[in-house]
Amino acid sequence: MRQLFRVLAAVVLLFFILAAIAPNLLAPFDPLAIDPAAAFSSPSAGHVLGTDESGRDIYSRIIHGARPSLLIGAMATAIGLGIALVLGTIAGFGGRWLDFGIGRILEVLFALPGLLLALVFIALAGPGVTTTVIAVGITAAPGYARIIRGQILTLRSSPMVEAATVLGRSRFHVLRVHILPNALAPIGVLATLGLGQAILWAASLSFLGLGSPPPTPEWGAMLSAGRTYLSLAWWMTFFPGMAIVLVAAAATVLGRSTKFGGVR
Amino acid sequence: MNEQQAIVEVKNLSVSFGGSKVVKDVSFTVRAGECLALVGESGSGKSVTARSLLGLAGPGSTVTAETLTVAGQDGRSLSQRSWRTLRGKEVGFILQDALTSLDPLRTVGKEIDDSLRLHTRASGATRATRVMELLEAVGLDDPERRAGQRSGELSGGMRQRALIAAAIALDPQLIIADEPTTALDATIAASIMDLLGTLRQAGSGVLLISHDLAAVAKVADTIAVMQAGHIVERGTRDQIFHDPQHPYTRALLAAVPAGKPRFVKLSPTEEASSQVHTRDSEQKVTAAEDAGGEAGAVVRPVLSARKLSKSFAKGKHATFMAIKDVSFELLPGRTLGVVGESGSGKTTTARIVLGLLAPDAGAVELFDEPWSSAREVDRRSRRSQLGAIYQDPLSSFDPRLSVGSLLADAVSFGATRNPRSHAARITELLQMVGLDAEMSGRNPATLSGGQRQRLAIARALAPQPRVLICDEPVSALDVSVQAQVLDLLDELQQRLGLSYVFISHDLSVVRHMSDDVLVMRAGQVVESGATERIFTSPRHDYTRALLAASPLVGTQESGGGL
Repeated sequence: MRQLFRVLAAVVLLFFILAAIAPNLLAPFDPLAIDPAAAFSSPSAGHVLGTDESGRDIYSRIIHGARPSLLIGAMATAIGLGIALVLGTIAGFGGRWLDFGIGRILEVLFALPGLLLALVFIALAGPGVTTTVIAVGITAAPGYARIIRGQILTLRSSPMVEAATVLGRSRFHVLRVHILPNALAPIGVLATLGLGQAILWAASLSFLGLGSPPPTPEWGAMLSAGRTYLSLAWWMTFFPGMAIVLVAAAATVLGRSTKFGGVR
Repeated sequence: MNEQQAIVEVKNLSVSFGGSKVVKDVSFTVRAGECLALVGESGSGKSVTARSLLGLAGPGSTVTAETLTVAGQDGRSLSQRSWRTLRGKEVGFILQDALTSLDPLRTVGKEIDDSLRLHTRASGATRATRVMELLEAVGLDDPERRAGQRSGELSGGMRQRALIAAAIALDPQLIIADEPTTALDATIAASIMDLLGTLRQAGSGVLLISHDLAAVAKVADTIAVMQAGHIVERGTRDQIFHDPQHPYTRALLAAVPAGKPRFVKLSPTEEASSQVHTRDSEQKVTAAEDAGGEAGAVVRPVLSARKLSKSFAKGKHATFMAIKDVSFELLPGRTLGVVGESGSGKTTTARIVLGLLAPDAGAVELFDEPWSSAREVDRRSRRSQLGAIYQDPLSSFDPRLSVGSLLADAVSFGATRNPRSHAARITELLQMVGLDAEMSGRNPATLSGGQRQRLAIARALAPQPRVLICDEPVSALDVSVQAQVLDLLDELQQRLGLSYVFISHDLSVVRHMSDDVLVMRAGQVVESGATERIFTSPRHDYTRALLAASPLVGTQESGGGL
């Protein structure tokens, strides 16, 4: 059963990754081609997932939307990890006062709801894809930073580090060669889990009109556009929403199943 | 005694997991008031044998037997339900690790009450009285208070007693104890064994399981030696100890370090007989001169500690004195044994000597130069003179590194972890500790306990140190593997002229390995001197108590005739 879920998740993720790399391979229509005559057609043989208010093919738009959506998620996760690595390492290895200072900053960030934090950043920096990516990255960072700090603290007092000290290794050498690589092993798994979350957040921001501008085929923006016509054309919201759910769920399932890989 | 009714009768018991048979045609009986010990190395099938008597052989196991009678019931056809009744009522089971066997969130009293509650109809008040009786019977002081405590608040010995109390709550006919004292200090282990002896005299049958022949010597009437799933020899205690027939039994007996002089091989060698490597006194002086640098001068210690003290904060205001005024000297080519129970400050001393912890007062000198007072930056270049091995070697290895990478890192002083860059030296090191050069590519986690400790020794020797600090290096190993590692340390000392600080809670091991001994208790050195003097005429009461508690020390000479 679990095996089946894993295979399904891998298939789903591979499909969307392929869509992100070569959308033309999978999409029958141009995602931006307007066809007013075919506006609001329900799912049919011609348009498998229906069309939107301008007659654009929903399926093709979802396929073409994979690239911006996945890219925003992946970039945001990478930025979050980068910030977290710096903060977590300084907190875990820089001594008591730095640890205390960074700990309080992280707690303040934790106290604010993630999306609100991202909104504040966007309000300051202005809307757009780049700001969305950075905003989501900042939102994800405190969680990762906490975990990296904890990992480093545990490893710092481990017998392995003691043995390296007895062999005459410097603090920096121990950090670089023994602590960081071991601290990052479980982080890789967390990042897979976080990817789904980041995609959700990015979609939410686009839904609020703060991410990709229309008519870019981005899933969150598509949701937002379909919202107005929810009673008239449910497929405009339902299928982009499904795409988000599928990717987020698949990333989570895969992340969980690799949880114990690489860590003893 | 043969009149007594048999509580356990096992005939041709076999247990297999999948295709592999781990217990093969084992037969034995345990009568009331009798103690049978199953002795063998890890993997010999002794635990699985004991567990099949409880219907707990494990998932995926196939148990077959001609006879398998436990407390009058045929174990071959019991339902899960009947097994449960049998386990609680007729058979008490005591495991090695009392910490994991007790629920950390429940009080000891509740844990013991469980079996009473589940198997009897006694009222709450009756049960509470019985719990007090039990706690007192197993020798716990202040039963009222203990019953309200949780396992985390008890010491290892107290936990084991609590577990025994739970096991004997319903006066079982049979008590199965699987390595009940392996994790305990000598004096506490001795008292637990005494407790099992008392229960046996009260009429219970006891099945004792251990890897250590010496540990069971005190209570076992009959000993069955297991190897690779077979019982290879059985006999009364005296037969096994004084007239062992099977070569494996002899190897196990030889592995017991108690009473064996220094440099007598503990593990079987290719030579026909084990040879006594008497130390050439001239050779010792030469080694000393090398270290001291001056011919004919007084032998200078390689390592000396003067009045070391260290305390730790305990709570807000209290401090805990971990060690106080610990002084010693380690002479070149010699071994200083440090013995004491857990909490006696042995490891704190080792950490100060290794420069991992700064002493509050006192100083350590290495080769006549300040060591503990030096700055780490200045100390770093001299660290190669001082190596260390630990009780749990695996945790001291970076889990990402293979055997070869670990050694490459140590050989190159951290410059590289590529095993190919120092292939010749890595092979040499592996051979020096008796490991196969082909192991270079393996992950240390896949090695056995003995192999891991050999690897740790190889890594410690890579920077060519003159002094090795060994902190409980064999405590986690089976007796026979322990013998091999001790032999290796002996051999390396003679070959390389190393000096050892050898820390252990096991007196017989320390006696076998050391030239001089330091006895520690509660952070202080209570007695120190030449090994033989300490062991033959101890001056301090505590040393005498330790010696009395240690199994077989001094009585083993007759059994050592290999």
